[in-house]
Amino acid sequence: MRLRILKDLWIRHTFRILLLLTLSMVVFIGIGLFIKSLPLLKDQNLFTILSGSTWSPLKGQFGFLPFITGTVSVTLIALVIAAPLCLLSSIYLVEYASALLKKTVLPLINVLAAIPPVLYGVWGILFVVPLISNYIGPIFGSPNAGYSILSGGIVLAVMIFPIMISIMVEVLETIPPDLKAASLSLGATRWETIQKVILKKARPGIIAAIVLATSRAFGETIAVLMVCGNIPQIPKSLFDAGYPIPALIANNFGEMMSIPHYDAALMFAALLLLTIIFLFNLISRLILNKLEEKA
Amino acid sequence: MHTYTSLATKETQTVTQMQLPHIQIKDLNVHIEGKHILKNINLAIPNNSITSIIGPSGCGKTTLLKTLNRLMDDSKNVKINGSVLVNGEDIYAKDAEVTHIRKKMGLLSQRPFPLPMSIFENITYGPRIHGQRDKTVLKEIVETQLKNVGLWEEVKDRLHHSATTLSIGQQQRLCLARGLAVQPEIILGDESTSALDPISTQTIENLLIDLKSEYTIVLVTHILRQARRVSDYIIFVYNGEIIEFGKTEDILLNPQNEITKQYVKGFIS
Repeated sequence: MRLRILKDLWIRHTFRILLLLTLSMVVFIGIGLFIKSLPLLKDQNLFTILSGSTWSPLKGQFGFLPFITGTVSVTLIALVIAAPLCLLSSIYLVEYASALLKKTVLPLINVLAAIPPVLYGVWGILFVVPLISNYIGPIFGSPNAGYSILSGGIVLAVMIFPIMISIMVEVLETIPPDLKAASLSLGATRWETIQKVILKKARPGIIAAIVLATSRAFGETIAVLMVCGNIPQIPKSLFDAGYPIPALIANNFGEMMSIPHYDAALMFAALLLLTIIFLFNLISRLILNKLEEKA
Repeated sequence: MHTYTSLATKETQTVTQMQLPHIQIKDLNVHIEGKHILKNINLAIPNNSITSIIGPSGCGKTTLLKTLNRLMDDSKNVKINGSVLVNGEDIYAKDAEVTHIRKKMGLLSQRPFPLPMSIFENITYGPRIHGQRDKTVLKEIVETQLKNVGLWEEVKDRLHHSATTLSIGQQQRLCLARGLAVQPEIILGDESTSALDPISTQTIENLLIDLKSEYTIVLVTHILRQARRVSDYIIFVYNGEIIEFGKTEDILLNPQNEITKQYVKGFIS
């Protein structure tokens, strides 16, 4: 009898410790990265690092602005492409598609999610890059090699389709049928009901889906690295090459480490990425809380 | 099984003598996922009165109600045969326009489902969809309908608050007002008080009794006492068939069919 109670107690405490251990990983990673990037931070002012646009490690210039703009622009392009497409597709799947179509499409989307990023990169090089260099670029009178933030954004958009669609479908399916019936019974059409009732009710969930997909997009490395050119410059147009933070780390870590502060700079890049993602999630959580309060 | 026909025909005759019945159902059969849910339904629902559909759970009462405003259309794997005439027009005819049909019927569901907007916008949702844009008219509609359901005094100072801030009972009255705002001719209630406390239930019941002079009301209920309190006519459905249809007191005090007798006495539920 007593043994059973002891076991219960033991389980409760062990599991709590395991949970804390998982959570503390984030903190440890953050602290570790901070300590590792201290040499650079001691040597140069944080503001100069963040706002500097020259990346010239040999001269000791570590301006991160090109990488910040690279990351943000590639992610933004991916979002602009993916969010509306995924929203409309999920609306179609939930509200209009036959049960059979839905049953076929959803598993297919999950397969899309399981494809390794490097394959998306190859697809980007074989298909997206030539498309932009040969067809889309010339339309806008901008000759380019195709390795650009636009290519990165397109590849990234395709990569976040699955997560976005599956969450959005789930969110739309939580809308009670009786709420739809309430709108329909007033003589509203299906589309009016979707626009004015369903999307309004589902808004917090839809935003959450976009946030999750964005968080994933921020950190995506290989596929983007393969198509976006990797030139440390601030991209001025969609057809310019860019250099996102994850690509910077993956391309250079372990090489040229003899250059002073170079490893500290890469660690700082990692810390920066962590901070961007953390802040982004924090802000979206706050916005979501506000929205849920209102709903 | 067919004892109801004589009663029903008698009712139908008296009704047709006065005017065309709002709702007439002819040879209606509904299959859901291959199961025969409603079998050969023939009915004429009397105008300007409350008709309750009673029967054990799973007998098809709600399906019967939902076929009246074509809400079954949206469920998957549903096959509907026969016709439902509203003002003499078959709502299942090929050229029937479903939004137009639904506008004629206010629906009050099991639980209140306020739309995700303010109290004011909940009421104006229907009228706006049907083209009413005039702000003064919309304001008038809101005031009239909220007064109709006795909610005006309670909410007039917070019309622009979210409808979910109301109590459940208030929400259900708001839903009724929202339905009335599109000027329906018929009110359909699907166990509309099952989520409400006794006092709110009584309020809704009294409202429905007040409204029957202007509307034809059809309610699904599983509470016999409620059927007795509010309805003029009762339809007893069992296993997808109409077993008996007649005046409330006839069905409850003097049922002709053995199954109805058992149900009314509480032996089956």
